[in-house]
Amino acid sequence: MNPLSRRRLITSGLAAAAGVAGLGVAARLAQKYGLVPPDHRGLYGLGETLTYASQRLLTRHSLAREFSRSQISKPPLANEMAPPNAAFKRLQAGGFADWRLSVNGMVERPASFSLAQLQSYPSRSQITQLACEEGWSYIAEWIGVPLSHVLGVVGVHPQARYVVYYSIEPDWWESIDMADALHPQTFLAYGMNGGELPVGNGGPLRLRLPRQLGYKSVKFITQLTVTDSLKGFGKGLGSASPEAGYAWYAGI
Amino acid sequence: MASLESMPEPLGVSPPSSAASLPATAATSRHSALVRVTHWISTLCFFALLVSGVEILISHPRFYWGETGNVLTTPLFKLPIPASRNLVPTGYGYVLPDQNGWSRYLHFQAAWLVVLTGLLYILSAFFSGHLRKNLLPRKAHLSWRVFAAAIADHLRFKRPSAAEAWSYNVLQRLAYLFVIFVLFPLIIWTGLAMSPAFVSAVPATVTLLGGQQSARTIHFFVTIALVLFLLVHIVMIFLAGFASRMRAMITGRAAAPADLEHP
Repeated sequence: MNPLSRRRLITSGLAAAAGVAGLGVAARLAQKYGLVPPDHRGLYGLGETLTYASQRLLTRHSLAREFSRSQISKPPLANEMAPPNAAFKRLQAGGFADWRLSVNGMVERPASFSLAQLQSYPSRSQITQLACEEGWSYIAEWIGVPLSHVLGVVGVHPQARYVVYYSIEPDWWESIDMADALHPQTFLAYGMNGGELPVGNGGPLRLRLPRQLGYKSVKFITQLTVTDSLKGFGKGLGSASPEAGYAWYAGI
Repeated sequence: MASLESMPEPLGVSPPSSAASLPATAATSRHSALVRVTHWISTLCFFALLVSGVEILISHPRFYWGETGNVLTTPLFKLPIPASRNLVPTGYGYVLPDQNGWSRYLHFQAAWLVVLTGLLYILSAFFSGHLRKNLLPRKAHLSWRVFAAAIADHLRFKRPSAAEAWSYNVLQRLAYLFVIFVLFPLIIWTGLAMSPAFVSAVPATVTLLGGQQSARTIHFFVTIALVLFLLVHIVMIFLAGFASRMRAMITGRAAAPADLEHP
């Protein structure tokens, strides 16, 4: 074995110091440019941060692939789910006429929208793929209002960094950063394949986020909260997914 | 009992000149420190990726071709195993526990580690001469006679010659080159092709493969190829002498060629 020479000791010491300093600077820059996910602590935090940071840098403005009408999956798949709760059934019995989407947090004009109000805004459609983390996928046409339009209506504070969104089902909530919230393909979807959005696919109102896996496209949306920090939400991990062991960022 | 000098020429790979000049009893470095460290990090990552990959796979053990696939579409094939989700009809009366959360975290963390390790290995292989000296077939290898002899030796499970314990034979070189420059790039590519965010930035990643489900299916087959490589790799280590090969890859030291004739 080579004895540990003084030169070797000094060079390794310097390299280690440079490495630690480099990591410190990198962590600071990542924090500053919003490249650190809320579930960055723990055993898998490093891999998660690398994935989120690199994909955020690479995909800030990229558009999810759109497909032709002939590529729409027939019949559309409705994923299994628990039977809706009593509040949902009551609204469903009334044809969702009383369904409300409340928007609060760091906004100029907190508001509550009916489905009719959301539908009165310019309607957009996209034919995109919904891919589940389990491995299956389908393509559908999604019709709705871009989330950025609704955020524009309520006026988002400049320091806002995340939008938290809630399902009518308890403990079903997610959040996204502003790059995703203001992305032109992020919809509040109320229609699918030329018709209404079926309950099985998240109707009457679902968040559609085609650049992330299906579990971020939460069904039955009733509330949006704009915030600059996710610390006060649940366990502070960003959404219900990390609390159940799943990554907050699902771009992969 | 053949000494290095009396090795039959066509079969033998000429031993590294540094090794040949060493006294027969001296222990010397078989694998560089960088090769050893990257080898074991990759080993660890490979098992992490395999276990977590299998866990992710059993949530939907059906494979498709093209852009989309789900329980309403006809699969290319299904694996006859139970699933961890009750969405999938498997014929089994039970559903396995869902392990996808930690499996996905671990899969991507191990992927980052093995990709960065692999880059370090490739860069050093290019610049240190490891690629040219140990991986690219030598001039002496590029004959059908040598190639056929190497295949015949493998089919007879012949123990490697002393010289081969010091360098790689032509089949080993081709196998390693195939894993490093075909299977690893393919598994990374097909993995990225399943990422909805990544393909939004680089759509060709998935369109060149014919769709996201095709990418998933190819990812599965490349995994099978890598597992087959691993099995052969382990069998060959046992045939070549488990203790000496492990010592060489852990400490870098190997008994000098002459000793290998009496393991």
